[in-house]
Amino acid sequence: MICVRGLRKRYAAQQALDGIDLDVPAGTVCGLLGPNGAGKTTAIRILATLLRPDEGRAEVAGLDVVRDAARLRFRIGLAGQHAAVDELLTGRRNLELFGRLYHLPRAAARSRADELLERFGLAEAGRRPVREYSGGMRRRLDLAASLIVSPPVLFMDEPTTGLDPRSRMQLWDLLRDLVKEGTTLLLTTQYLDEADQLADQIVVLREGVVAAAGSPADLKRQIGGDRVRVVFREAADVAAGLRLLPRPDEADLGATGREVSVPAPDGAQSLIRIAGALDAAGIPVEDLALRRPSLDEVYLHLTS
Amino acid sequence: MYETLRWTVLDSLTIAGRTYSRLKAQPAEIAGFLVFPVIMTVLFGYVFGSAITLPNGGDYRDYLMPGIFMQVMAMTATSSATTVGEDMARGIIDRFRSQPIARSAVLVGRSVADLSMHLLSLAAMVLAGIVLAGWRARGDAGATAAGFALLALFGFAMIWVGTYIGLWIKSGAQADAATFGWLFPMTFLANTFVPTEGLPAWLKPIADWNPMSAVVAAARDLFGNPTSVSSAWPLRHPVTASLLWSVAIVVVFLPLAVRRYRTMSR
Ligand SMILES: Nc1ncnc2c1ncn2[C@@H]1O[C@H](COP(=O)(O)OP(=O)(O)OP(=O)(O)O)[C@@H](O)[C@H]1O
Ligand SMILES: [Mg+2]
Repeated sequence: MICVRGLRKRYAAQQALDGIDLDVPAGTVCGLLGPNGAGKTTAIRILATLLRPDEGRAEVAGLDVVRDAARLRFRIGLAGQHAAVDELLTGRRNLELFGRLYHLPRAAARSRADELLERFGLAEAGRRPVREYSGGMRRRLDLAASLIVSPPVLFMDEPTTGLDPRSRMQLWDLLRDLVKEGTTLLLTTQYLDEADQLADQIVVLREGVVAAAGSPADLKRQIGGDRVRVVFREAADVAAGLRLLPRPDEADLGATGREVSVPAPDGAQSLIRIAGALDAAGIPVEDLALRRPSLDEVYLHLTS
Repeated sequence: MYETLRWTVLDSLTIAGRTYSRLKAQPAEIAGFLVFPVIMTVLFGYVFGSAITLPNGGDYRDYLMPGIFMQVMAMTATSSATTVGEDMARGIIDRFRSQPIARSAVLVGRSVADLSMHLLSLAAMVLAGIVLAGWRARGDAGATAAGFALLALFGFAMIWVGTYIGLWIKSGAQADAATFGWLFPMTFLANTFVPTEGLPAWLKPIADWNPMSAVVAAARDLFGNPTSVSSAWPLRHPVTASLLWSVAIVVVFLPLAVRRYRTMSR
């Protein structure tokens, strides 16, 4: 559904994208991750026909983003990094306006606006001007605006930034519903749990190139298996305790000086053995836990 | 072709509708529109007017009002720059550009809506002139209508100057400053408030060739108000000159703005 080859874009002093390849099959979610300035917004803007690439090719829904831009605009929805809604108008009037610009007849634009306000929990607020909205309400209105024509392809640049945890989860559910109905979604995010929750495929950008790509599980596997983390009560016990742990040579020492993390080759069984050994040696332990690698670690590993 | 044209018109109307909806949400703005003319008329007509006598005779307040009318139309550039700059900053222009809207509709729609609003403010100014300063159009009805048409055309041209500035600056407040900063002084560097005859030799040609001088002189002629003579070509043929200036500004800035809108940060 989205197919990108060798995409390059340079701003005056900055090579924002330096040869990106990307394939997003129809009806799936691709999460674009990367530190600030990695080129995520630039990639989204090119795919949404706002920016012309210097080099490379990008097709969305079978249409070239440069040559077929006019036709493509009927088939995409965009929620940019900042809520692009008119402060002075009511929420309802905003949605009606954007609907009219998708060439919906007036009555259809109005009923679609009401439907979306309902769906995004803004039915009451829809009658008030947007300048009286909270940041999260604005964000939801902006997302609603990008869904007016139920586009087959949806681009979202940090859609849940600034939302409270409940709104974030509601939005996730909403996005899952859209994807279930067949929408293809490309989203950027700074929240790794969001990518983990939603994305079928994750692409990590770094300085304009793809640093890694794959499913969340693939990426976690790359970084290594489970680990056990031990927090000793006394820093003085660390040396003695370490001798009782498996593969002490691969241990990571935590910043507190009382904390170590070692590989757990047998998962939970390793944990039980470690617990027994430390108990038998009478070394007091404050915390002991088995940890699966998180996407955070993958991300930090790939981007540092 | 026909379809494209039809959507350009319909989309422009939708965009214009947005401007009107916004106005309803800004009662203070409307009040400003109406109070400003009163202040200007009193300030210039009576405070300055009491100290100024025209070299060729005639009532100063009759001389003054066409100048103020032109100033109202010139300042349209500031409000267009501000609102376009604001939309740029908020990403609203990006949203429009990601929608299947006819290419020129966003700018054309707003320019027409902006013009109609500024014509309302011109009407308020005219009313203030009639009531507070005893101003009258003393020519025939056709000439009077032509005078207002020239003022409207000039306002339309200035809207495109402001729009173009707003599309570059991407901030409402900065676009406001970047327009007001040169435009407002420029309305004084003309025959708007005083005849250019008394200006120093190095300044006089600038004032005479200022497009605003041609517009004001044309309006004075067409309204049958006292005017000042100057040997400069634009002031000897003010109607032609102001028409040429306004058309030239539109011909330069409209395509520039539409092009900038379409290829922005591309
Ligand atoms: N209009 C512009 N002019 C010049 N440089 C730009 C412009 N837009 C972006 N850049 C530069 O291009 C690079 C990529 O920017 P981009 O906005 O795509 O990053 P991002 O991954 O979206 O970052 P963030 O997480 O902060 O949103 C950055 O170094 C940025 O400074
Ligand atoms: Mg960004």
